[in-house]
Amino acid sequence: MSVSVSQLELAKPLTSDSTATTGGNNGIDQPELVIRPRKGWIAVDWKELWTHRELLYFLVWRDVKVRYKQAILGIAWAVLAPVLSVVVFTFLFGAKGLGANKNLPGPPDFQVLPTSLFIFCGLIPWLFISQSISNGGLSLVNQQNLLSKIYMPRLFIPASTIGSGLVDMFISFGVFFVMMSIYGYAPSKQIVLLPLLIFLTVLLSMGLAFTLSAMTVTYRDLRFLIPFITQIGMWVSAVVIPFTGVDAMKRHQWVLLLNPFFGIIDSFRSALFPGWGWRPWHLLSSIIWTIAILVFGLFYFRKTERRFADIA
Amino acid sequence: MSTPVIKVRGLGKAYRIGMVNPKHTNFRETVTELCKQPFKRMRKYDDDFTKDAADTYWALKDVSFEVGQGEVLGVIGRNGAGKSTLLKLLSRITEPTEGEARIKGRVSSLLEVGTGFHPELTGRENIYLNGAILGMKHAEIKAKFDEIVAFSEVEKFLETPVKRYSSGMYVRLAFAVAAHLEPEVLIVDEVLAVGDASFQKKCLGKMGDVVKHGRTVLFVSHNMDAVASLCTQVLLVEKGRAGEKVSPEEGVKAYLSLTNSDASVPVREKPRTQHRTRDPIFTGLKITGGSGHANVVETGRSVTFEIDIENCEDLKNVTCAISLHNERAQRVVFFHTLYHGGFSFPGAKKKKLVCTVPSLPLVPDSYYVELVMSDGYQFIEKVERVDRLDVVYANSLGTGKIPSRGQGFFVLPCEWKHEG
Repeated sequence: MSVSVSQLELAKPLTSDSTATTGGNNGIDQPELVIRPRKGWIAVDWKELWTHRELLYFLVWRDVKVRYKQAILGIAWAVLAPVLSVVVFTFLFGAKGLGANKNLPGPPDFQVLPTSLFIFCGLIPWLFISQSISNGGLSLVNQQNLLSKIYMPRLFIPASTIGSGLVDMFISFGVFFVMMSIYGYAPSKQIVLLPLLIFLTVLLSMGLAFTLSAMTVTYRDLRFLIPFITQIGMWVSAVVIPFTGVDAMKRHQWVLLLNPFFGIIDSFRSALFPGWGWRPWHLLSSIIWTIAILVFGLFYFRKTERRFADIA
Repeated sequence: MSTPVIKVRGLGKAYRIGMVNPKHTNFRETVTELCKQPFKRMRKYDDDFTKDAADTYWALKDVSFEVGQGEVLGVIGRNGAGKSTLLKLLSRITEPTEGEARIKGRVSSLLEVGTGFHPELTGRENIYLNGAILGMKHAEIKAKFDEIVAFSEVEKFLETPVKRYSSGMYVRLAFAVAAHLEPEVLIVDEVLAVGDASFQKKCLGKMGDVVKHGRTVLFVSHNMDAVASLCTQVLLVEKGRAGEKVSPEEGVKAYLSLTNSDASVPVREKPRTQHRTRDPIFTGLKITGGSGHANVVETGRSVTFEIDIENCEDLKNVTCAISLHNERAQRVVFFHTLYHGGFSFPGAKKKKLVCTVPSLPLVPDSYYVELVMSDGYQFIEKVERVDRLDVVYANSLGTGKIPSRGQGFFVLPCEWKHEG
């Protein structure tokens, strides 16, 4: 087949944008990319994640931007959503009494933590975790193009949903501290441990998001299971009612060691409310759970990653 | 050949046929799945499913080739031949089942324009997002931002969410970002088949630029013009196997003869693409030109297509389309039951559709007929190159001369005057 002159002309540059840098080093001394079948467990490529770190930033930025676009109240929803939940739960459980804790110092009136503060404090980490589970878990199936049309460090896809949850969390904390000062309630000195707790929560959420998102690619059924996990999780982790309010939980405290969320959520209260005792064993169990879930999540994700594009 | 940048040895990719169409969307199957789980573990379901099992389908097998620095390799082949699988393997989207590939330098792949575009974000925001997804650094995108915007021709709408863009604008913006990637190795799939003609031309021009900068390009296309004009070498992929690299002229010739060779095969047995596997629907096609000859028509005369349809009584509401393609696989005209006939129809056990074109003013050439049946949402069956239609010379303009191949697609009358 002959090629006519008119078609050859297509190959000529039609635009004048040749400011682009020339070929650069011509690839000979570049590191070589080897593509071959891999078996078994695959280690996380930290170096690759680091070189592409800007991508993670852009994905988080996208999620934050998109979340409140075209909503009339915009970012105000980040404030309103937890506040409304707090109002509803406070109304349900009565303004006083549920947060009762004998360990609280001060005059008898102060021994009772306002219910709204108690609930708010539990809801902040919990909303973050449940949001990470539901958004993170569905992040891969909801963005299949990112799996089947391009290669990128795929761990970033679930990880980015956590970043945007973190922004919401900081906003909620802002509101929380305002509310605390309205109640005239000074935070405990142990508040310095708060960043560490947040870090722990982030790690746990990441582990869960990695595991659930990778599983959802293979088993779409998790779409139905995930909302269930977040609902049940709230009640068994003493998010809005103190576990002392539930007889069975109070009597068999060791059962709560099996719940990765309880230790974290309880410790948030210990860090914020003076006199709210730490439960070191429960915190330790949460830490161990977090490490286990994160490590499993990373490895499970890496192991199944190579099949994502085939089955997504 | 200069130093090889891409080295591929015995590359192969197998799919379990059960995995190609996974159906785990309802609870009943979840339970069955769970019950089967322990047995699957025993079969080592996850890792090395037996490579020669009966339900294994090799999309690509034993592919070896090398691409040198600055070479532009066109990968051509029929639909389903394995071209896209090859590109997916080389761009690391999916892992090979066997063999290996080595690539030197930064690789960028472009299997779709606008991957990761978010409809709610503005044009400006999407440039940054898409750039990052394609592997550009923030500083790099920033430096090229104006250039990208100028190329895309959407300056005025930069602050508008892309969901309000026309499809043309969307594609232009998406391609503009991709076009400003500067990888050492670029892998491109058919993305040039988007946008209007002038933009396509611009894209091809940009591709030509990339090539001139000494980058190595792997280019999949059905557009034989683009292949012939851009590529330095061509790799023909057929049924999952790749041949030797040949010159573009030879490659294009081989591709065309490959796709045209089966004129003697009855329509019923022609290879076809189906959305969901089923018995063949298109089972016969008769083309009669105005002068009564089969498969030949004089330009400007009438032509009749009689299409036999079978085995589609389960389809409630379908449409059928005939399109004519020239030898370079460009679609020239399109006749659709809904657009031209104003109807869609219920499928039937056996049915005949007749399409009469009162005048077919195409330039003399050989054209290939493609038949497509679709319901409102997707195609159901597509048969490419069902048959051939030769359009031959006729003095339809009354001047004794008419445009020929390469001077446009149509022979249309017009009036010329000289004034003053």
